[in-house]
Amino acid sequence: MSESVKNTGLFALVALLIVGTGVVQSWNTALLILNMGLISAIMSLGLNLQWGFAGLFNVGVMGFVALGGLATVLVSMPPVPEAWAAGGVGVLAGLALGAAVIVVAVLTYNRMPAGRMRLLAMLVVLVAGFFAFRAVFDGGVEAVEDVNPAATGYLGGLGLPVVLAWPVGGVLAAGAAWIIGKTALGLRSDYLAIATLGIAEIILAVLKNEDWLARGVKNVNGLPRPVPYEVDLQNDPGFVDRVTGLGLDPVTASSLTVKLGYAALFTVVLVIILILAQLALNSPWGRMMRAIRDNETAARAMGKDVTRRHLQVFILGSAVCGVAGAMMTTLDGQFIPTSYQPLRFTFLIWVMMIVGGSGNNFGAVLGGFLIWFLWVQVEPMGLWFLQTVTAPLAEGSALKEHLLQSAAHMRLLTMGVILLLVLRFSPRGLIPGR
Amino acid sequence: MIDLLNAIVALSNFVLVPAVTYGSQLALGALGVTLIYGILRFSNFAHGDTMAFGTMVTILVTWGLQALGVGFGPLPTALLALPFGIAACMALVLVTDRMVYRFYRAQKAKPVVFVIVSIGVMFILNGLVRFIIGPGDQRFRDGENFIITARDFKDMTGLREGLALKTTQGITVVTAVIVVALLFWFLNRTRTGKSMRAYSDNEDLALLSGINPDRVVMVTWLIVAALATVAGTLYGLDKSFKPFTYFQLLLPVFAAAIVGGLGSPLGAIAGGYVIAFSEVLITYAWKKVLTYLVPEALEPDGLVQLLSTNYKFAVSFVILLIVLLFRPTGLFRGKAV
Repeated sequence: MSESVKNTGLFALVALLIVGTGVVQSWNTALLILNMGLISAIMSLGLNLQWGFAGLFNVGVMGFVALGGLATVLVSMPPVPEAWAAGGVGVLAGLALGAAVIVVAVLTYNRMPAGRMRLLAMLVVLVAGFFAFRAVFDGGVEAVEDVNPAATGYLGGLGLPVVLAWPVGGVLAAGAAWIIGKTALGLRSDYLAIATLGIAEIILAVLKNEDWLARGVKNVNGLPRPVPYEVDLQNDPGFVDRVTGLGLDPVTASSLTVKLGYAALFTVVLVIILILAQLALNSPWGRMMRAIRDNETAARAMGKDVTRRHLQVFILGSAVCGVAGAMMTTLDGQFIPTSYQPLRFTFLIWVMMIVGGSGNNFGAVLGGFLIWFLWVQVEPMGLWFLQTVTAPLAEGSALKEHLLQSAAHMRLLTMGVILLLVLRFSPRGLIPGR
Repeated sequence: MIDLLNAIVALSNFVLVPAVTYGSQLALGALGVTLIYGILRFSNFAHGDTMAFGTMVTILVTWGLQALGVGFGPLPTALLALPFGIAACMALVLVTDRMVYRFYRAQKAKPVVFVIVSIGVMFILNGLVRFIIGPGDQRFRDGENFIITARDFKDMTGLREGLALKTTQGITVVTAVIVVALLFWFLNRTRTGKSMRAYSDNEDLALLSGINPDRVVMVTWLIVAALATVAGTLYGLDKSFKPFTYFQLLLPVFAAAIVGGLGSPLGAIAGGYVIAFSEVLITYAWKKVLTYLVPEALEPDGLVQLLSTNYKFAVSFVILLIVLLFRPTGLFRGKAV
């Protein structure tokens, strides 16, 4: 069986699984899986750029995804003029001051001769700068958060169309990746892993606590949508006529139409990113990245600037994750910082990429769909499994109840088993890279 | 003078005692990470969940003992259950090593492959723990709550500030000292311990000297399981047990091990305290201490808290980054593979 036949078969299998869900369960569930599958595939592609192309061990995907979500809020929500009037200047001045302090500290470090004086000067700049920053910043934050805290209490966004948030999410994630890459990319792989893990937690801590930015744990609800609302469709006589003509119930049809709309938008983004990634992989640049991945020392000896290339690919991959994060928040229609968990948004993406095949873009996409399908479906399957197993137990027995309640945690277990099995028996994934 | 004493007591009560306790817990966790790194040469991402697993078994046995009416007087029953937790955790790590890691060791796989494999193990353990005990908060502390309460202390000394010493804090420090002393005795004085250090320093040379690598690896896992269970149980007694919190402990534990220098046991202990003290010092509201120390005119208005407690992860991380940038091998010159 040739390579391409096998790969087509694998994709057909995943398509069959999703269509099967539509037939057996409901088309609504199938479309939900498809939409999140598209987003997961993009995240997996982004991670594949970093790990598969360049061998960068990034376990901070969650942070970039959350930054994408933040971009959705900042771009699409209407601004809160009262909050801007009350404390906008204070907040912006505080942030500018904070950035200036860091720049001055870095300049001090770079310009002064090494020694005790340099350390002292840098510490003075940082400590004095920190207190000055807090003095300016805190006042502004307090003023902003006092403006109608139940409904807003934040600066709001720009009030622009939500689709614009997707590229902005990428830019935001790229900016964060630049800062991280500048400091952490020189580290060897284990250290980089811990560093990115920590940075993702810090990004989440900021999102949870800085209420002026995106309301923190109070969440932002009712984000604008790029597709029509179900209610509007149901009230549109033309739409109702059309779907009843097709023999569909208008309520179901409207919900399906909305999801299909999302699916179309997401597919466009996925295809664009996939084409770009594929072009990059087969370009001289892609060959250089793989050369660096396989033997850094040799690539350096050939005159390649390894540090710069690493930084470049780290930023690109993170930006892709940021775009996916913005799309996901758009799909959810709300931004909930507490919902970001490393197992789901970092390590699950790793499972997707490894299972699909790191170093191969199609593998990453396949893994994204397949693992997301399993992540959703393992729960009902686990419940069914446990019901079958516990059937002989007496109704209402404590063990039986406990087992049935715990079915939800089967998915973590299954993901671990899948990852270990793939690593053991097919370590290069379903569609191996070159 | 009295003001100074008051300030010292307040500082001890809110900063020193909690930081020493937390530091001891982190140090025990970091010792496990550092031993794995030194002997098996990879960063074990499943360590937080190993801690959770050992603690979970301890909790289950504790509940069993409590149901049987067995107690430990003023001390928590969990201490009686600890040996069972350690035994179960040892069994678990030996099984994972046999079923998962050994294959890659035989292949001489790259360290990064081990790290990815440990992510898989992490998923499984995480699911297993949640499956058995549930994702919620579990409290299993019993016995006396305090060694000295704040009120007793005030009565005894006549100071305005009280120094409360919780039983769990006392137990944590005492247990940590015993465990660390045992570990160092083992590593420095026994034949097996010496062979472990030799293996860690130079694998090829150790193999040439006739050291049995399988035995070294097995003993390492056993020690790590014991350390992880003790660290997890102490943390759970002091705070509470929640699977997700233990997963999150991975970050400060790794930060401690790296700050101290990966592969160096002494460094892991120092790193634990460095991380704990910086987290507590930077997130502590200094108002109370300062009001005793500065003249009334200078008394601060705010809480004088440098960062909100929610940013404590950020603190351990920034320390980690500073150490990595300026002294990549850590404070105690660990190994850089």
